[in-house]
Amino acid sequence: MQLFLEIGNYSRLLYEAIRSMTEFKTYRKNLFTEMVKTGYDSLGIVSLAGFFTGAVLTIQTSYQFTSALIPKSTIGAITSQSMIIELAAVISGLVLAGRVGARIATELGTMRVSEQIDALESMGFNSVTFLVMPRLLAGIFMFPVIYMAAVVFGIFGGIMAGIMTNSVTVFEFMEGARLYFFPWDVAFGMIKSFVFGFVITSISCYKGYYAAGGAEGVGNATTQATVLSCIYVLVSSFLLAAILL
Amino acid sequence: MIEVKNLTKSFGENLIWENVNLTIHEGETLAVIGKSGSGKSVLLKHLNALMYPDSGTVLIDGKNIFDLSYVDLRLVRQKFGVLFQGAALFDSISAHENVAFPLRYFTKMSEAEINARVMDCLEMVNLSNIGNKSTADLSGGMRKRVGLARAIVLQPKYLLYDEPTSGLDPETSNEINELIVHMTKNLSITSVVISHDMHSVLDVAEKAAFIDGQQLRWYGTIDELKKSDDQRLIEFTRASEYQI
Repeated sequence: MQLFLEIGNYSRLLYEAIRSMTEFKTYRKNLFTEMVKTGYDSLGIVSLAGFFTGAVLTIQTSYQFTSALIPKSTIGAITSQSMIIELAAVISGLVLAGRVGARIATELGTMRVSEQIDALESMGFNSVTFLVMPRLLAGIFMFPVIYMAAVVFGIFGGIMAGIMTNSVTVFEFMEGARLYFFPWDVAFGMIKSFVFGFVITSISCYKGYYAAGGAEGVGNATTQATVLSCIYVLVSSFLLAAILL
Repeated sequence: MIEVKNLTKSFGENLIWENVNLTIHEGETLAVIGKSGSGKSVLLKHLNALMYPDSGTVLIDGKNIFDLSYVDLRLVRQKFGVLFQGAALFDSISAHENVAFPLRYFTKMSEAEINARVMDCLEMVNLSNIGNKSTADLSGGMRKRVGLARAIVLQPKYLLYDEPTSGLDPETSNEINELIVHMTKNLSITSVVISHDMHSVLDVAEKAAFIDGQQLRWYGTIDELKKSDDQRLIEFTRASEYQI
């Protein structure tokens, strides 16, 4: 019963958000602020996560490929392909589920329990348009940008690790990366990050918007938002791979 | 005019109150009194449809607000100013911006006009020198006053006060009570004040409604309240006086 209630409330919130999309004037200012908070402010941590993921991937691949029959460029191909198709999107998704998801759920939850959302409604605002819509759009628009940053830093991390461990040269790495580069893979990664952006922000907005029960309620909403976002990032990653690849 | 007819509300199996009937005339101040947890704030949130009842109606100027589309409801809500219990100030913006907030979205005023209107409202609540202070730097009484300034900035027809003096010292409480009287008289606003502070009620209201035992137990003028022989009401008013 509780599950149906949650699905119903989540759908209603999304419906209300989509219905109010045309009220751009109401959320224009918030949209810009949210895009900065979600995108620009997250670039540091995501770039760092991407860099080290790419670096570790290069070291582990070169460690496993000991045969002289396998060209060194394969290391570059595997690292870049893994980053583009899967790791950049999933790693940035999981990092942002914590960073962005927790922030959104906490902000909205605190606004709910301190009656700030009621205050907005009582003034005549549509609180969903004002609060949920900009966060949702910021996630959808900015996650693909963040994904691209993770890909670039992942490949850069892979090259740096190859140079530092003497396992692959820049030329060999880039040769492999170029040989196995398919534009569709980038498009697939972008689609994934777009979906992750929607999943994380919509779940976090939902959990925060309907938070209840003071500080403990906000804490629970934040925890649930983060955990559910991580789970649905992994589930949607699997589904997209099964459908699109 | 606000008319509440046969309003019943429950949360799950927990009945809050049933068959509440009230009429608040233009320019009148009604105090809703009762113990903590009796559902006073819940009743207040029905007056501008922040909550919906199980049954019954609330008529604002003759329109049942529970039958309105969301777009029409938002227009009706703009007739209301609400002072929430914790003031509900937006903590991401300054006190000054909190007051300016509704003006920026619901009027076509220039920046200079907005500033002038905000200063007028802050002056009315004796906070003209607040500047761009963060809401985190305000005391409880100041927060309530900024909340009140924000509530009146759009010149509402109705003002709803949820526990306006709770958590404040007696001197600040008196200041808030004087402000409520001032607003009602000078701005011709119809007010509903939720309170369990009888001193505040006697200072600001012309009528009172006593919620007790999941119903509207008593309803009348302040003069009638002073002479009432309703035992529960007498116990409640005495208990309130003893606290001070």
